[in-house]
Amino acid sequence: MFELLERWLKNAVLEVQEYVRLQAATIRGATSRPFYYRDTIEQFDEIGVGSLTVVLLTGFFTGAVLALQSGITLDQFGARPFVGRLVSASMIKELGPVLTGLMLAGRIGSGIAAELGSMVVTDQINALRALGTDPVRKLVVPRVLAGFVMTPILTIIADTVGMLGGWLIAVFQLRVASTVYWNAVIDGLYPDDAWMGIIKPFCLGYVIVSIGCHVGLRTHGGTQGVGRATTQSVVAASVAVIAVDFFVTRLLITLLY
Amino acid sequence: MDASVVLKNVSLSFDDKVVLKDVSFELLPGHTKVILGGSGSGKSTILKLILGLLKPDGGTISVNGKRVDTMSEQELMTVRSHIGMVFQEGALFDSLSVEENVGFKLYEEGNIPVDDASRRVQEVLGFVGLHEFVDRMPSELSGGQRRRVAIARAMAAKPGILLYDEATTGLDPITAMTVDEEMIKLRDLEGVTSIIVTHQLRDAFFVATHEAVRQNGSIHITQADAQKADEAEFVMLRDGVVSFEGNASELRASKDPYIKEFLS
Repeated sequence: MFELLERWLKNAVLEVQEYVRLQAATIRGATSRPFYYRDTIEQFDEIGVGSLTVVLLTGFFTGAVLALQSGITLDQFGARPFVGRLVSASMIKELGPVLTGLMLAGRIGSGIAAELGSMVVTDQINALRALGTDPVRKLVVPRVLAGFVMTPILTIIADTVGMLGGWLIAVFQLRVASTVYWNAVIDGLYPDDAWMGIIKPFCLGYVIVSIGCHVGLRTHGGTQGVGRATTQSVVAASVAVIAVDFFVTRLLITLLY
Repeated sequence: MDASVVLKNVSLSFDDKVVLKDVSFELLPGHTKVILGGSGSGKSTILKLILGLLKPDGGTISVNGKRVDTMSEQELMTVRSHIGMVFQEGALFDSLSVEENVGFKLYEEGNIPVDDASRRVQEVLGFVGLHEFVDRMPSELSGGQRRRVAIARAMAAKPGILLYDEATTGLDPITAMTVDEEMIKLRDLEGVTSIIVTHQLRDAFFVATHEAVRQNGSIHITQADAQKADEAEFVMLRDGVVSFEGNASELRASKDPYIKEFLS
């Protein structure tokens, strides 16, 4: 029993150590030469443009269902015209960043872990090193940069279509006038909320991609190991999204409000 | 003549498993070292140690007179530019075409113009007889073709040392023979120092006992004379320990029961 606990603790500490080392190497790789521009642009396309559909759909339906649910509750207080306030505040402060993060954890986190994991078990990572190329610079830095920059952009898109989804429900289902809805949307937004909504996705994007890269590069055990790495990456990144969201929110509340 | 590769008392363990124990050998420039042994005897690990992909627990490893076992990853990049490695199963990059795979190092480094790099890619692909496959993806190639593309990739930047990890394992005898001939041509015509890790005895002896000669503009593979054949040295690994070191005829004459069983 004690041995099992000891082994588990050692593995946990090792994972943290390797994750931190990878982050240090990533920062070094992003701030010094050589820098792989082509790979970075490809990843911006893969992570940013490639995730657009899933983010658009998630954002739209989240905004719509938020308007539906809050419409019922607000009716009890005769406050139906305020539905726009609830949709905008919820989408921008919390649901936009978190749901975009969760969707990206599923789509990007798994994809990166599977791709890098396959490269590890087929010796392609060793082949890269043998050919004189640093895998962190070539594979990790472009992905982390793309995740860091594209997640906030995708979140803004999700927020926007979410409010559009809310508008559709407000106008056609709840019979709230369009101008009343949009005025409420703007009334519900404070500059600090916008800051919170834009700072959080930077952290979430970084965490999702860095976890995917770390888990992918630590893959062992053949194709079974790749499957295991993919699952681990999605689970770890999803939990990290919720946890990081909490801690960043706590920090920003202290700093901004 | 200074040795290209020197291993002195190299040891390595993974957790409790001893992979290599006190392994020592030297390899002179332009010579061939064939490392034989059963599966899991630590053969491939030696190649990874020479490239600096793994670090030994003890002992020293030198490549072209420089200690690689104490070098940082950054310093190793310079040493690796003189070494090419053919990995088991090829390890070609799935997302890149044959041309991009073969010219990877040339295009990445950007030291030579793209046209020259492209010409070199055509040249090495021609050397392994695959110049018409330049635009194919690795998934469209057979096992033997992948192995030959891997050889082309390893030799594209004209390394002085080539490491072959089970380059003929799993191939049919005719394709394996083609790969063997590529190794002989590289050694004898380009002066490449080779380390061949294999458990395919037929291929090991073929490479050791044949040589490539250029006659009237064409290349022929012929039986090597005794002196040339002696330049190829065999190392037999058994459970991570060197159990034999010598040339092909000494290996055949060995009385060691394990070697006799291995050769039978």
